Amino acid sequence: MAVKQVSVFLENKSGRLAAVTRLLAEKGINIRALAIADTSDFGILRLIVDQPDKAYQALKEGGFTVSATEVLAVAVPDRPGGLAPALSALEAAGINIEYLYAFVAQCANQALVLLKVNDTARAIAALTKAGFKVPEPEEVYAI
Amino acid sequence: MWNPAVETMPREQLRELQLQRLKETVRRAYEKVPFYREKFKAIGLEPGDIKSLDDLARLPFTFKDDLRNNYPFGLFAAPLKEIVRIHASSGTTGKPTVVGYTREDIATWAEVVARTLGSVNTTPDDVVQVAYGYGLFTGGLGLHYGAEKLGATVIPISGGNTKRQIMLMQDFGTTVLCCTPSYALYIAEVLRESGIPRESLRLRAGLFGAEPWSENMRREIEEKLKIDAIDIYGLSEIIGPGVASECLCKNGLHICEDHFIPEIIDPATGKVLPPGEQGELVFTTITKQGFPVIRYRTRDISRLIDEPCPCGRTHIRMARVTGRTDDMLIIRGVNVFPTQIESVLLSIGQTEPHYLLVVDREKSLDTLEVWVEVSEALFRDEVKGLEELERRIHDEIESVLGISVKVKLVEPKTIQRSEGKAKRVWDKRDLLK
Repeated sequence: MAVKQVSVFLENKSGRLAAVTRLLAEKGINIRALAIADTSDFGILRLIVDQPDKAYQALKEGGFTVSATEVLAVAVPDRPGGLAPALSALEAAGINIEYLYAFVAQCANQALVLLKVNDTARAIAALTKAGFKVPEPEEVYAI
Repeated sequence: MWNPAVETMPREQLRELQLQRLKETVRRAYEKVPFYREKFKAIGLEPGDIKSLDDLARLPFTFKDDLRNNYPFGLFAAPLKEIVRIHASSGTTGKPTVVGYTREDIATWAEVVARTLGSVNTTPDDVVQVAYGYGLFTGGLGLHYGAEKLGATVIPISGGNTKRQIMLMQDFGTTVLCCTPSYALYIAEVLRESGIPRESLRLRAGLFGAEPWSENMRREIEEKLKIDAIDIYGLSEIIGPGVASECLCKNGLHICEDHFIPEIIDPATGKVLPPGEQGELVFTTITKQGFPVIRYRTRDISRLIDEPCPCGRTHIRMARVTGRTDDMLIIRGVNVFPTQIESVLLSIGQTEPHYLLVVDREKSLDTLEVWVEVSEALFRDEVKGLEELERRIHDEIESVLGISVKVKLVEPKTIQRSEGKAKRVWDKRDLLK
């Protein structure tokens, strides 16, 4: 199942990221993972939060340009060589990765990798077939 | 149509009327305004020399500077006791330009604005929301008197306070909206953000003027507000709104030729150009009593369309104004009109662009940055998607203008919203003086 990621357009100027986090704090939204892709002029902030719909609405009302994007999460063992076979499985299935970022869960010895791919459904099938756990969205938001 | 007898008058008859009125106006200006008398004398011209409409081209031009130099009442052709109203420009680029109206002029003005409203079949059953500014600016009171003359119900709300504008539109059942086109888009934006259903409005038409706008912007407004959006034209020096307006054919603005004679000239040489050719619009008023102007240089770029219009009106049309000779940017020798860039943005975004042109000079070379707000429709979650967007805007502007610009994507609300004329250009070069 796809995980709902909230993406925010940010100009590269001071205080913009702080403004986003302040707004989420006010709404009681907890950030589970985040990553920024940036160029010299602008950045795209990607967020996994505990309440994606509420975060989307709050940011939109706060005047930000936001989009809800589907990504998928895969749990990989937190040890050398943990990620490589997962990516190999996607490669074998001919799936392109647009971007990915990861965070390490506190419990268990596993890392959670978030992937934006060109075909989410097929990617999930390939990973599951290769023996990887693809957590339900609720599990990801609650980590 | 408000006044079919005049608006569909056979052209030959119209020309006779124009000639008779032109003669009267030239005589009035000569007799009552020393400025005109001196100018005529300087070229050896007497009022009696005007024998045909072709003689119009012999008359000298009047410039905005002439109005400033005769500040405040030097060009009035009636004593102040006969002047019942004064309007003036904001004076942002110097002394304001001041114009005066006799009681008869106010009646003329109401008549031509009633025709403008009649262009969208406004009747006494309509509720007209006048969201142009009231006061010294001619927009608000101009539309107001025209709508009253026509017998419509007027809401004199003036500009600004958009939420309230929308509330009154709902509560009073506004059918016709009058404001600047950029403000109409802003109203549409606030309407959408407020989640107010379009069905709760009775709005059916909009009369938009006071700034140049594009065909794409019309489509945008019509789609968003689900109305007929027509272009209206006027300027205080001539009378205010009511000089010209589109009919529902939306293909050029009929000029009230029984009150104003239009010409298109080459702005560089002053030579009169034939219909169809683009140039600077020049007007001569032929019924104004308090403030007649002869061959006023508007600085607006347009062309005249003399083919018959399917609506039946016989008065000549002017094409929508594409820019002004004085807001025209010259970037590295290339003429750039903000509306050209607006058209490109609209064609890419399918949505109203909030944009700003930032002009600067680096090492004596002009630079043009186009700031574009990233709307949800334009936003991509991937850097390459946004870079593609930048490249597309860049390439299309380059293909239209022939110059390379820097495109900068900015966050929503970065660019100041306008409740009057949109500010599209930030020319930093002026600050270097």
